[in-house]
Amino acid sequence: MTRGRLLALAVLAFLLVAPFLPMGGMQQYVLHVAIQIFIWSFIGQAWSLMGRFGLVSLGHGAFLGVGAYTTTLLWNFYSLTPWIGALLAVAAAVGIAVVLGIPCFRFRVVGHYFALVTLAVGEVIRLLIVAERDWTGGSLGASLKTAGTASGLWTLQFADKRVFYYASLGLFLAGLWVWDRVDRSMARPALEAIGEDETAAASVGIRVTRFKLGITVVSAGLTALGGVLYAQYMSYVNPDTLSGIGVSLKIVFAVVLGGMYSLMGPLVGTALTTALAEALRIAFGLRFLGMADTIYGLLLIVFIIFLPAGIYGSIREAIRRRAAGSKPRPA
Amino acid sequence: MLELSQVTAGYGHFTALWDVSLRVAEGEAVAVVGPNGAGKTTLLRVISGLIAPRSGRIAFEGAELAGHPPHDIVAHGIAHVPEGRRLFPGLTVADNLKMGAFVPAARARYRESLERVYTLFPVLAERQGQRAGSMSGGEQQMLALGRALMSRPKIILLDEPSLGLAPVMVLRVFDLIRRVREEGYTILVVEQNVRQVLKLVDRAYLLEVGRIKMEGRAAELAEQDFVRKAYMGV
Amino acid sequence: MDPIFLVEAAINGILLGGVLALLALGLNLIFGVLDIVWIAYVDLVMLCMYAIYFFNVSFGWPIWAAGLVSLVLGALLGVAVHLLIISPILTSPPINQLLATGGLLFFLQSAATFLWTTDHRTVRLSLPSYEIAGIFLPATRIIPFAISILAVIALYFFLTRTYIGTAIRAVSQDREAMSLMGASPQRVYLVTSAVGGLMAGLAGALLIFQYSVHPFFGGQFGPLTFMICVLGGLGNMVGAFIASFIMSEIIAIGGVVISTEMGYVIAFVIFIVMMFVRPGGILAKRE
Repeated sequence: MTRGRLLALAVLAFLLVAPFLPMGGMQQYVLHVAIQIFIWSFIGQAWSLMGRFGLVSLGHGAFLGVGAYTTTLLWNFYSLTPWIGALLAVAAAVGIAVVLGIPCFRFRVVGHYFALVTLAVGEVIRLLIVAERDWTGGSLGASLKTAGTASGLWTLQFADKRVFYYASLGLFLAGLWVWDRVDRSMARPALEAIGEDETAAASVGIRVTRFKLGITVVSAGLTALGGVLYAQYMSYVNPDTLSGIGVSLKIVFAVVLGGMYSLMGPLVGTALTTALAEALRIAFGLRFLGMADTIYGLLLIVFIIFLPAGIYGSIREAIRRRAAGSKPRPA
Repeated sequence: MLELSQVTAGYGHFTALWDVSLRVAEGEAVAVVGPNGAGKTTLLRVISGLIAPRSGRIAFEGAELAGHPPHDIVAHGIAHVPEGRRLFPGLTVADNLKMGAFVPAARARYRESLERVYTLFPVLAERQGQRAGSMSGGEQQMLALGRALMSRPKIILLDEPSLGLAPVMVLRVFDLIRRVREEGYTILVVEQNVRQVLKLVDRAYLLEVGRIKMEGRAAELAEQDFVRKAYMGV
Repeated sequence: MDPIFLVEAAINGILLGGVLALLALGLNLIFGVLDIVWIAYVDLVMLCMYAIYFFNVSFGWPIWAAGLVSLVLGALLGVAVHLLIISPILTSPPINQLLATGGLLFFLQSAATFLWTTDHRTVRLSLPSYEIAGIFLPATRIIPFAISILAVIALYFFLTRTYIGTAIRAVSQDREAMSLMGASPQRVYLVTSAVGGLMAGLAGALLIFQYSVHPFFGGQFGPLTFMICVLGGLGNMVGAFIASFIMSEIIAIGGVVISTEMGYVIAFVIFIVMMFVRPGGILAKRE
């Protein structure tokens, strides 16, 4: 077994037992932060499935919002179990992805244009949520109706944070698995070719629209799932935190910070941004509202200019280059 | 006036020119001929600064120009008419010419230059307000030449002026170049149409696969058997 | 519904369109020349609006002086953004450019929240309102419209009649050829950034008449400005001008017929559909 594998297993083992380690009064807080990191990393991973192939979406908030609101509203109004709600949420997100993806890819809407279309979609969802305030709660958001005695697996509401911890960890690991499968599949070189030169790819027989649509659908569905879990955990949904350009950009930033071409990039990026936000909140309380984001923004600019591969990606590259340093360069 | 010494240049991992040396004296008309892909366009792009050479020197009137940016090199008096003309398609003939005189020294005397160009190429005067994008190939070449003249250059680099033009147009274009030559401009022209260009210039270099294979007076080169067979279809 | 409301909405749409046109033209200028999308453009406008607020309300300067400050600040911000953020990444893949300016957007919005809180700031201007045939036309809408139309015309002349304006158009058509003319690309970009920034400052000065400023102002107008630019064809001034009015009419009329948010929703949906039908923009030709 390689050293890397051993290390990964050790980390995994640690993560699995972590909630049972003595942490005193800190436990709830640590679990909360960990859950946030896992869920948002999962969402970031889902985004990077598209981002790494050049399909930069600035509207993933749309899928997030659709995911979160679908389960929440179905539960609040029809007491529909979130399990089915989640299926419907994913179906809705996939539906949107397909309805928009087919024309987009068919008509070769790429690059800036694609990013702006996704931006528009994200905003449309946000505006719709706000507009239909009668049943969505508008800008004030909506609380998840408490299940009370029915709390548990069927209603996906748990008083014990540890359950959410394992759920989010599980989801995160599932996300890693999907990413890895895509990485190893035939789709990956096809998508990379498409990302580099769509026309050339098409001319060698690659079904461009099909691949692009495929990855978009996967990304959308996973993001919606992330939204579902987040809504269940927070028991509250709000159009500004779960849709629109703000959250879409935040997702992108975290992934870019960590490195969007690597498996662990989203995790590293999300962990860093979460840690930063928490550190600032502890240090300054609500007095410095906006300070965390100000620093993210600054960091993002600096990173794009100096470290476009993100933190994790750059470190990996540096290590790789050191290892290959002794090999003679081909003539 | 212009001297390249052992210039090596290329794109990324690919080297297009190897150890190229050539000279152009003031008032001369020199051609660089060779087959497709020989590196002729790269040569001119290196001189005008669009590509930086990997090694070698480029001296113009004593000044060392290798590695300088294009806008700097133009200010020294080198005008480059690029492959495909590269006019500004949305701008009018008059505006294209105006842009040619961008460098401060030229801009100060821009009206004078414009008069000269219009006298040399009356067709351009007629079509002053026409969008460059809507002109024929031959007219565009004329405009491109005129635009180069607007910078009041000391030497004009011409990249494949006959490219994409009908045979009748080709003759017209070479005629234009001859007229420019007669005005006293020094010219370095890169061409695939060997027969026509050798009639026009004093000296020529043969460039093949990035290296200078031969050099000599135009008349002598035209006599060379293999040149005749390979490039002139004789 | 009383048709007078529709007419009023249509007219308000035109008035709004004028200012949107100014916003879009400034952004389009930069996009057309640099080929980079400044996602944070409207946030620069936001900063200028704050400047007007502070100079007028806090320091007591007369409104026209504060407006001048806005123009100068806009131009300076434009240059700063180019030098500090765009220049280093000109040769990077486009997504990096998008993300870097996205970082700027985040930075500006959050810094504004941090410095000035999320409170809306208004500049009090007591201006008359005119009534024509039952329709109310406040001067706070007419004046910005008039000024913005003048500005658009001025921009047009700048781009077509002046030397540097023609040079900017030339660069947008063929950057490399322009460098062969002896134009240092850096200088052309700086001038363009300054002019684009100036337009942002002017837009801010006009928007403050009708809107209050707050840190997320960019969220309100940002996506819309981009969509207008793309709808009109990136880099196409005339297209952006027309697209501004199309979008503003949809928003104004939709806002009155259904609801404000739905007005925007319809406008955005139309944008999305247009991207499929005519991705090059309504005039579908970038010279």
